[in-house]
Amino acid sequence: MTSKKQDELKYVGKSVSRIDEMDKVSGAARYADDLEFGPNLLFAEIVESTQAHALIKSIDTSAAEKEEGVVRVFTGKDFPGLRFGLYMQDRYVFAQNRVRFVGEQVAAVVARCPKAAKRAAALVKVEYEPLPAVLNQMNALNSDCNLVHEKLGEYSHVPWFFPKAGTNIAHWRKVRKGDISNAFQEADFILEDTYNVPRYAHCAIEPHVATALFDHAGRITVWASSQSPYTQRHLFAECLAPLGITHKDVRVIAPYVGGGFGGKAGVTMEILAVVLATKLKGMPVKVRWSREQEFYNTYQRLGVVAKVKMGVKSDGTIVALDHKIHWDAGAYVEYGANVVNAAGLSASGPYNIPHISIDSMCIYTNLPPGGAYRGFGYSECLFGIESHIDRIARHLKIDPVEMRRKNAIRTGDILPYGSHMNPSGLVECIDKVAAEIEWGKKEMSKDPTKFIGKGFALFWKAPAMPPNASSSAFLKFNEDASMNILVSAMEIGQGFLTAMAQIAAEVLQVPPHKIRVETPDTDRNPYEWQTVASHITWGTGNAVRRAALDAKQQILEQVARVHHYLADDMYLDNEMVKCKQEPAFALPLKNFVITGLAMEDGTYRGGPIIGRGTFMPEFSSALSDPETSQGGHPNVHYTVGAAALTLEVDKETGKMRVLKAVEALDAGKVINPDMAKGQLVGGLLQGLATVLYEDMRYNESGKLLNPNFTDYKIPTCKDVPLEIVPILVEVPQPDGPFGARGIGEHTMLPAAPMIANAVHDAVGVRIVSMPVTAEKVALAILQSEANHTARGAHS
Amino acid sequence: MKVRFQLNNEKRSLDVEPNDVLFDVLRDKIGLKSPKCGCDRGDCGACSILLNGKSVRSCLVLAAEIEGANIVTVEGIGQTDLSPVQKAFLDKNAFQCGYCAPGMIIAATELLEHNKHPNAHEVREALSGNLCRCTGYTPIIEAVCQARGRKS
Repeated sequence: MTSKKQDELKYVGKSVSRIDEMDKVSGAARYADDLEFGPNLLFAEIVESTQAHALIKSIDTSAAEKEEGVVRVFTGKDFPGLRFGLYMQDRYVFAQNRVRFVGEQVAAVVARCPKAAKRAAALVKVEYEPLPAVLNQMNALNSDCNLVHEKLGEYSHVPWFFPKAGTNIAHWRKVRKGDISNAFQEADFILEDTYNVPRYAHCAIEPHVATALFDHAGRITVWASSQSPYTQRHLFAECLAPLGITHKDVRVIAPYVGGGFGGKAGVTMEILAVVLATKLKGMPVKVRWSREQEFYNTYQRLGVVAKVKMGVKSDGTIVALDHKIHWDAGAYVEYGANVVNAAGLSASGPYNIPHISIDSMCIYTNLPPGGAYRGFGYSECLFGIESHIDRIARHLKIDPVEMRRKNAIRTGDILPYGSHMNPSGLVECIDKVAAEIEWGKKEMSKDPTKFIGKGFALFWKAPAMPPNASSSAFLKFNEDASMNILVSAMEIGQGFLTAMAQIAAEVLQVPPHKIRVETPDTDRNPYEWQTVASHITWGTGNAVRRAALDAKQQILEQVARVHHYLADDMYLDNEMVKCKQEPAFALPLKNFVITGLAMEDGTYRGGPIIGRGTFMPEFSSALSDPETSQGGHPNVHYTVGAAALTLEVDKETGKMRVLKAVEALDAGKVINPDMAKGQLVGGLLQGLATVLYEDMRYNESGKLLNPNFTDYKIPTCKDVPLEIVPILVEVPQPDGPFGARGIGEHTMLPAAPMIANAVHDAVGVRIVSMPVTAEKVALAILQSEANHTARGAHS
Repeated sequence: MKVRFQLNNEKRSLDVEPNDVLFDVLRDKIGLKSPKCGCDRGDCGACSILLNGKSVRSCLVLAAEIEGANIVTVEGIGQTDLSPVQKAFLDKNAFQCGYCAPGMIIAATELLEHNKHPNAHEVREALSGNLCRCTGYTPIIEAVCQARGRKS
């Protein structure tokens, strides 16, 4: 018999230390900009549009070309008609005859050193003929508004997008459940309001960088800071197909990534290095974004104007929701349209509502392209929904937490698009958070100018992925029974490599620190869709588990051939094969996983153990009725949670301080508690930053005014809540590895509404536009006092 | 122009241009990659190094200024064994993507060099010039508090 219980896990669920830790504290970790390319390396500087919307009349590159050290200067004419896009091919590699946002790439100067490239780029003269620019998505909907893309109807896109040619609507996701037209008549109380969410920047500390080499043999290699090496390879191959380049000729290598948050998903600036390299055979070309470019020419989080109409019974039961979400998707929506799609499908929030109408509209504007950002549209929608719940509960004099518990979606409930909710610990999360924050207990500040309030919010999110997004893994044993696992999902800080090592370690009973998990190289590592959507612990984790099971089966079969035990009687323990029937039998893995097993006649049996595993969610489908979204199964599962905080508000200045924050998540099965808590604490602060500090400001010409860390304030050490309590709930995901599901993005989702709700609880004002700054709170308090005084004067 | 300096316990001399920035020289001419570029204007602290024992942003220092200086990067801190700060960073998982870690370790090393027992407030103050987008800072503050008072 095995000495341990069947269900006892040795490595999964344990806070084993990170397998990338020595790399990262010793300075050894290599990021894309740290790689050496030798003396032939070229540097590209990009000339950018100064106009939000204009025709390019002429480009004069003659002065730039004469500058010492300059190799070539390129414009859109060198890359005619070259477009790309993940979900919709609407984006131009270089602007053709027209620019659509301030910062769009118009020309490139390639030089022997960065200084020369920069100097020469300033000499490129571009003459523009300005066109009317639309900088606001609500204006873009006006019938007389100029079109950002006249050829919208011609762009290719995934089958689940519904662009409206002849308008600025690039995609319109409609969800209809129940009978919305009559539902509001059943309601005892209806609340309608509009919520505004601005654009946000990811602010990974590592800027984007990509180096591409088109060698003399005709193959192209790209080294990039990337969440999506395979998706990039595919888009590069598609883009370069006219040159006769096929997928096998494109190689993407992604070393450690210095923070992603969605910003390094898909393809953005990397394609510039690729196309420039195709014109400069044999010379690696590097494109490195400055912090400014990082702000205005990568994806930004989309801005939102959300109109929420909710109808409830007097006991707090939600009967109807009409949610109209207008997304400012920017000049190109090739990735951002999927944010609109995903958030639209789930814009009910984690509630069981019988009658739903959701219109999620992806709208072109002349602002930088919107795209993936940790949370993928859910934060934006939850600000309105969770603020609304609070307001309705207070109006009905029901406890807001009680109202949430009453309406919370439960296992098996029908989702807005008709399929069923997965196993969920949402109610457990609510109860644990309410207990930890001492919900209902009013706290008072000793300072008479300060007031303390509490805010609560629920959240959920599903991975937004195509139905056939898949993951795969190779697992190779080494002579000493250590192993290398090859996957193409990415370590972006979340601890992915360690989690995969733990999963394989559990199956093969080899300690995680004998396992290396390699960062992606599309020549060597097998396919992965992308490191996005909080899906890789689940999806890639499943592939790694299957690869480990495959290896295990080979190991047991090999030993069975030689020792004639039944494979079913053998098991792995402590890096050895053991046999239930023969307690004395203990064969170390290192004795045979490469060399095979020796026979008496000097021959060997078996040989190198190489496991393979793949995973695709075969039940998923994005096809449904375009008018209702009913009929498909677009989301694989939801991760749910609840959060609350205690906030101190200074009534004179509006200044806020988070005294305590509590967040509970249902992780299904926590693979590594320390790393999961690290995600929770880090993500929560990133969420709090969007509501308390950050905000992208544009002027009336569409130029971003704060593209740097001086004017766009991300939190520092001094902005951390005084206390954060992470809570991990485990209701297993049936198809997850050991029951796990993802939690990375979810951690930041509840931040904005719980701040707005806590502000209201503390000082009685309701802020409906993010960010909730001290200035806004102070002005709202003044306004509320003025209203009060005026009412007093009239009575 | 030629500059002579000490780098990670080794005497070095190097030809630099008057407008060369120390950050670029360390990375591109010397090959030390632990200082990272996050902003190129002194906002983020990812390129921090110790210059005569003080934590400075190498993107704001001209290479011509380092004549006679003593420079230490993270490669130099952990040359023989990990320092107490580095060990505490491991214990507390005080990094995720790791990009800010070299700069954080430099800032924390400087703090503990001058203040053996900083309280949490002093730790926050000392690290407030180094940005991290992943961890939420909590484990970094805990790591520095753990490292305080330990001799290397």
